[in-house]
Amino acid sequence: MNDLVRVEEVVREGRGITTLRFRHPGGVPGQFVMVWVPGVDEVPMSLSYQGELAGITVKNVGEATAALSALRPGDRIGVRGPYGKGWGIPKGRILCVGGGVGMAPLMPVLDAIDDPSSVDVAIGARDGGEVIFLERARSRSSDVRVSTDDGSLGFHGTVVALAASMMKEKRYDMVLGCGPEIMLRYLLPACKEAGVRCQVSLERLMKCGSGLCGSCVIDGFRVCVEGPVFYDVQVEGMKEFGRCRRTASGGITRA
Amino acid sequence: MTSLHVSIAGLDLSNPTMLASGVMDETGASMRRVAELGAGAVVTKSIGREARDGYPNPTLVVLDHGYINAMGLPGPGIDAFEEEMAEAVKGPAPVIGSLFAATPDDFAFLAERMQRYGAAAVELNMSCPHAKGYGMEIGVDPDMVRDIVREVKKAVTIPVLSKLTPNTHRLIDVGRAVQEGGGDAIVAVNTVKAMAISVDARRPVLYNRTGGLSGPAIKGIGLRCVYELYEEVDIPIVGVGGIESTRDALEYMMAGAVAVQIGSGVGRRGLGVFREVTHGMVDYLEKNGMTSISEIVGVAHE
Repeated sequence: MNDLVRVEEVVREGRGITTLRFRHPGGVPGQFVMVWVPGVDEVPMSLSYQGELAGITVKNVGEATAALSALRPGDRIGVRGPYGKGWGIPKGRILCVGGGVGMAPLMPVLDAIDDPSSVDVAIGARDGGEVIFLERARSRSSDVRVSTDDGSLGFHGTVVALAASMMKEKRYDMVLGCGPEIMLRYLLPACKEAGVRCQVSLERLMKCGSGLCGSCVIDGFRVCVEGPVFYDVQVEGMKEFGRCRRTASGGITRA
Repeated sequence: MTSLHVSIAGLDLSNPTMLASGVMDETGASMRRVAELGAGAVVTKSIGREARDGYPNPTLVVLDHGYINAMGLPGPGIDAFEEEMAEAVKGPAPVIGSLFAATPDDFAFLAERMQRYGAAAVELNMSCPHAKGYGMEIGVDPDMVRDIVREVKKAVTIPVLSKLTPNTHRLIDVGRAVQEGGGDAIVAVNTVKAMAISVDARRPVLYNRTGGLSGPAIKGIGLRCVYELYEEVDIPIVGVGGIESTRDALEYMMAGAVAVQIGSGVGRRGLGVFREVTHGMVDYLEKNGMTSISEIVGVAHE
């Protein structure tokens, strides 16, 4: 009768990027959990592993993620969820496009597809030190490519440019994208130009995680319930996508 | 032909369900969406004079039969909310502006602004159990409640609703104070002050330690409050607390509520909850040979 779970494993994935594994079964690829570090904060985290031993992958960017990154095996955290709408995974060939720690919610997609030739991966990062899940992706996909902004690993350029070149080379039935909003903003037209449908996983300041408080809404859609994964057609209709986000008070910050 | 139309102090609703304050109502677009999905009215997040971030997380505890929340009245402040109201009022349902303040003057100031923004009514939050100096802390004092309602009534021409707390033994005194102050309607009830403790962490779960319990866990309390108020006051009552099915809504209306609000039900049942409840009301009227939902208001007292 525990209300917290034990951290079973801690893995350093890249510079300032850490995976925590814990027992929390259930969920579909693309869903997230609310993770509580007692005395610090509770934050939404995409599941980078699903199944009996679930996992989250954290980039150390603030107080809550610093606390998560400092956890050791045996420490305990609160986990509720999984919540939200995950990826729609159609039959056919899929291209996963991840920017930085945005690779996290794409990894369960790779785990769910048992044919390495039907899912390709474009991993982008600022530099080689922030490229994560390269070996894990290669074990599930026969075409994994890397891009870095500084050219220190793989293609020198953005992951959107890499994905666009892959879409010219091969025919895909769906692109799944996750990363900084600016990346997704460019990914959508790149997919449209290639004539490929696309889903993206969005991020907003989230408080309750359960569809109540409204803090994570984007154009009236709750990222915690109707998202985090949205289809291209939904995102194209959003006035707030790529333009503004909400602060803790619900006020608007323009991009 | 059956009708779900109800009127509360001149406020006309196409059906008796409202989105309760605090749920999906911080932005204009989200309120509009709820209205489009069948709510008879939407109540805004409680808005104060200044922007407030609210409390850090955890702000919500999920229970089998409800939630405990301590959001801490986050909101962008009345100036910034003009933009949200401009969008919200484009929706198909009236928008009721919820307000929080610590003094009668501030309540009146905010109410006048909400009226100017196009609110069809205002709802005075005198009942939030987790914000120091606001809500319940003033809403358990009948004299203060009477003064606030009186000042707000002087400031606006739209109906003035007062949302009350169940966390008092003086509920009836507070209800009478609303009426004496000239209030148009009572909304009963806000959340029940509560807390949750993590045994493993050996500490309260919520950042604020205490919060407000909502959902089916408090339906019996809300029903009792509405029933008792109906016996003692003459102004209309809007029932809220654990409503997520037609049967729940009918119970509240039979206890004396002319309309109901749904909050936690949005999280537990989804945004379709308004249509589910109202469709069930039409079925109920047809099966019982009734024409108007208003016919059942207060029947449990006869």
